[in-house]
Amino acid sequence: MSELATRIEDTFPGACTKVVEWRGDLAVTVKPESLRDVARFLRDDPALRFDYIVHVSSVDWPDDEDRFEVVYEVYSIRTRQRIRLKTRVPESDCIVDSLTEIWKGADFMEREVYDMMGIRFRNHPDLRRILMPDEYDEGYPLRKDFPLRGKGWRDTFEFLDEPTR
Amino acid sequence: MGLIQLGGHDKDGSPDVITLTVEKAVNWARKGSLWPMTFGLACCAIEMIAAVSSRYDMDRYGAGVFRASPRQSDLMIVAGTVCRRMAPVIRKIYDQMPEPKYVIAMGSCATSGNIYDSYSVVQGVDRFVPVDIYVPGCPPTPEALFDGILKLQERIMQKRVFLSQPQEVKDALKV
Repeated sequence: MSELATRIEDTFPGACTKVVEWRGDLAVTVKPESLRDVARFLRDDPALRFDYIVHVSSVDWPDDEDRFEVVYEVYSIRTRQRIRLKTRVPESDCIVDSLTEIWKGADFMEREVYDMMGIRFRNHPDLRRILMPDEYDEGYPLRKDFPLRGKGWRDTFEFLDEPTR
Repeated sequence: MGLIQLGGHDKDGSPDVITLTVEKAVNWARKGSLWPMTFGLACCAIEMIAAVSSRYDMDRYGAGVFRASPRQSDLMIVAGTVCRRMAPVIRKIYDQMPEPKYVIAMGSCATSGNIYDSYSVVQGVDRFVPVDIYVPGCPPTPEALFDGILKLQERIMQKRVFLSQPQEVKDALKV
């Protein structure tokens, strides 16, 4: 196991639920309650300095108990390392601590995760939809149980006085 | 156009005469001066740009003056995938264009949504604006776009300007 993974496990005993290293890519799954502390450690530790948030995404595992997975990819410009930080939440309580206070760049990407997957972020400064319109009410399109063609929104044109055909 | 009577002006100085209806003259003027509006939404826009460039030169058909404002244009070339969120914008821009106005749906996406049978993609712009010409292709070549423009010009020549047309003809032409 890599030095970095060992450091995280030593600093936060019991926080990591899974550590995978595959072809040099390190992915650490942490419990949602320790996500913020781990992220702050990664950014502030003088030997690590993970100062750049590359991407925030989410995965829907419909058969799992903890259905949703939020994935943060961070990079250290100083030390040229990458790490993938994951956390799992169940559908009944799909809320994760926002990392916008640690990495400002997470703002829009967390909004996108909220918009597409419906995972909420605690203490996010402006948690609104970002791709879909604010008044969109069909749910969260990237969930696996969302119908591929949506629920009729794409075929309704409320701005037309009469249908074109 | 109408009859062209060639006067022998080289010899006797009498003028050349062209006879045609006013309607045809108006239509001829309209078809020869199409001002398209830039409406590139996806990869089709690249082909549209190529069509205006020197290699293909869309200006040869009188349709080369692309405007960035709907108020100065009479042809909207919808080039690319139309997302549902974009639809009210396209409709508003269409409504802002002065009459007479024409719409070309360029490419499979603007025509039918193409493979993007998803929650966010409109299955053809004809759902919310009347389309005159559909240009197939993914993306269509500049030549295909030219074919669409030439077909549109043929269609403009068939329109009645001063007379009202029967309803079924209006429906067919979407005037």
